[in-house]
Amino acid sequence: MLNEIIRNGLRFFLLILVQGLILKNVEPGPYINPFLYLLFLLLLPFDLPAWLGMLLAMITGLCIDWFYNTLGMHMAVCTFIGWIRPAVLRLIAPRDGYENSKQPTIQDMGFAWFITYAALLVVMHHLLLFYLEMFSFREFFHTLFRVLCSSLATLLLLVVTQFLFNRQRENA
Amino acid sequence: MRNLVVFLVRHYLFLLFILLEGLSCWLLVRNNFFHRAGAVNTANQVVGSMLETRNEMTAYLDLKDQNKMLMEELARLRSMQKSSFAPYSSNTFSIRDTVFRQQYEYIAGQVVDNTVNRRNNFVTINRGRAQGIRPDMGVLTTNGVVGLVLNVSDNFCTVMSLLHKDVKVSARLKKDGTFGQLIWAGTDYRTAELIDLPTHAKLVKGDTLITSGLGEAFPAGVPVGTVVSWEKKAGDKTYTVQVQLTTDFRKLEHVMIVRNLFRDELQQLKDSSGVNNAE
Repeated sequence: MLNEIIRNGLRFFLLILVQGLILKNVEPGPYINPFLYLLFLLLLPFDLPAWLGMLLAMITGLCIDWFYNTLGMHMAVCTFIGWIRPAVLRLIAPRDGYENSKQPTIQDMGFAWFITYAALLVVMHHLLLFYLEMFSFREFFHTLFRVLCSSLATLLLLVVTQFLFNRQRENA
Repeated sequence: MRNLVVFLVRHYLFLLFILLEGLSCWLLVRNNFFHRAGAVNTANQVVGSMLETRNEMTAYLDLKDQNKMLMEELARLRSMQKSSFAPYSSNTFSIRDTVFRQQYEYIAGQVVDNTVNRRNNFVTINRGRAQGIRPDMGVLTTNGVVGLVLNVSDNFCTVMSLLHKDVKVSARLKKDGTFGQLIWAGTDYRTAELIDLPTHAKLVKGDTLITSGLGEAFPAGVPVGTVVSWEKKAGDKTYTVQVQLTTDFRKLEHVMIVRNLFRDELQQLKDSSGVNNAE
């Protein structure tokens, strides 16, 4: 339990710093803005109380807003993600439910499950975020294209990060 | 009463969600539509100094280009110095100048953070209240416009870059003075659009655009960009011009913040005559 809190806490600080200091300024093009920090929200334990998840999501969003000068924007979107996450988990639950010893990672749940789970939440997050950023439907298709490209980039980063950092557990 | 408690207990999650979402949206709207100096942005001391540290490390990467730009500017300024001019007449005389009064002051600053790939981009600069920066001041580089100051903390400020949906800069053609509004279309950081340009303007590819000096943020005559192409959309009475920006937003490093010494006077006059200038 304590172990889990420390691991998630470390992940929180690390991902926010990586997002705010590095990824924000990596600029592969006007349509690609990956948001790796979502990994923190995705990897929260299965048995986390829903209210705590929502609160943590809001705090995550607030910290990201701090770096992005967009007070309230990531906060609103992340709160939504925190709220909808339990529902998504229920929707794609394996037939005999989740085991509490497992974590929502590729290693524990398999590639197909993780991609479904991540894609659902990432696309929702990006849709809300980019339209909220524009605050109108004036450039509808531009924004939609931005959502698609960024979602793919985020998913790719999520998967790569998982393979890079969760490898140790297989050896241990 | 009991029913209410039962209702609250049953739906506490949804109610909490509404509460938190409401809080976020309130912050979002407040921050978006009223330029208030909040504590949660990159002008904040904690994040600001983190960004500055990162920048100290990465600044070495394009030191060469930056030095070249600074040297060019230095050379230009030196060529305007008194010592660069040979005395033309041997008669000396003094003038007490009452014709000219300084209107603009420039405060040099360094960019500690900057993006170009978002729809609304911000620049953070290591100058703040202590150095005399106020919201709505204009920001320039040696060769173009950067944006408008949004939030100010003691030692940092955030700037809405020209690459932001809410920034409009009044610009005019250098050759004949017809003017329009410069906005960013949201995709390429090298080009912007000049809208509302009257069709009697005779455009040539490569025409220079400069700031018009309308509004209080920028002095007149700062280069903005060059004309690339133009079109008249059906039903419009004005041109929409594609503009190649002179500012290279990817290489932003040394900037100047413009202080308009007449600003208060102008503002007072506008307030008292009921003119509401949105810029």
